[in-house]
Amino acid sequence: MSYRYNIGCSLANLKGIRDFVRKTLIENNVPEIQVSSIVLALDEMCSNVMIHAHHCNPEDSIELNIDHPQAHMFIFEIIDDGSIFDINKFDEPSMDSLVHDKRKGGLGIRLVKSIMDKVEYVNEEGKNICRLTKKI
Amino acid sequence: MVSIKRLQEAGADIIAVIGEIDASSSIELDLAIAKSVGEGFKKILVDCHALEYISSAGLGVFMSYIEELREKRIQMVLFGLKEKVANTFDILGLADLLHIRENKSEALKLANELSV
Repeated sequence: MSYRYNIGCSLANLKGIRDFVRKTLIENNVPEIQVSSIVLALDEMCSNVMIHAHHCNPEDSIELNIDHPQAHMFIFEIIDDGSIFDINKFDEPSMDSLVHDKRKGGLGIRLVKSIMDKVEYVNEEGKNICRLTKKI
Repeated sequence: MVSIKRLQEAGADIIAVIGEIDASSSIELDLAIAKSVGEGFKKILVDCHALEYISSAGLGVFMSYIEELREKRIQMVLFGLKEKVANTFDILGLADLLHIRENKSEALKLANELSV
């Protein structure tokens, strides 16, 4: 099974992304508590791409694909043509430094890495693909 | 997406957060806490009963106030978190950094104890 969603790079559209991911996972009988954390991870990744690669320009769009290639496995792909924002290249700040420096960022990366089993980036035909794998 | 209401009870400012907090709406939470701090409240309770969702943008707002509240001796206690919201706090281990209680009376009790 494969599902596709196209959306403009406006943070107001994050709600639509969450609804799409939630609906798709529920249709595939993923338990509620896992649905919530996966929805969160996709929200974090899409908002990162919208903010850092597209500066929230609503004229730009990203594509979100969900694949369910086998039982107990989902693959999420965020596809865009902006600059790559590779979370694997960012050190996760310690919780102490987050408090001390009053940083509002950095928590999302930590969340995504805790929730997903694999985060990888590939470039195909000039498009950036951020691929997130989750075993259920 | 999110609606925030403030009311005062037993000397505490209660900030009720209704709806979803994500990167587009976290500013609302930030403004509400800033206002409460600016008005000089020493006890701030955050009512999360109707909070359906929070992403890192919202968690980051709470984190960003920890030091300022400590310096100003302001006690902030969150209460009434739904399981799915509490789970997000748990993933990051924020329960150790923030004060979280089940309900309003426990939250107020803790804020009073910490204020002594």
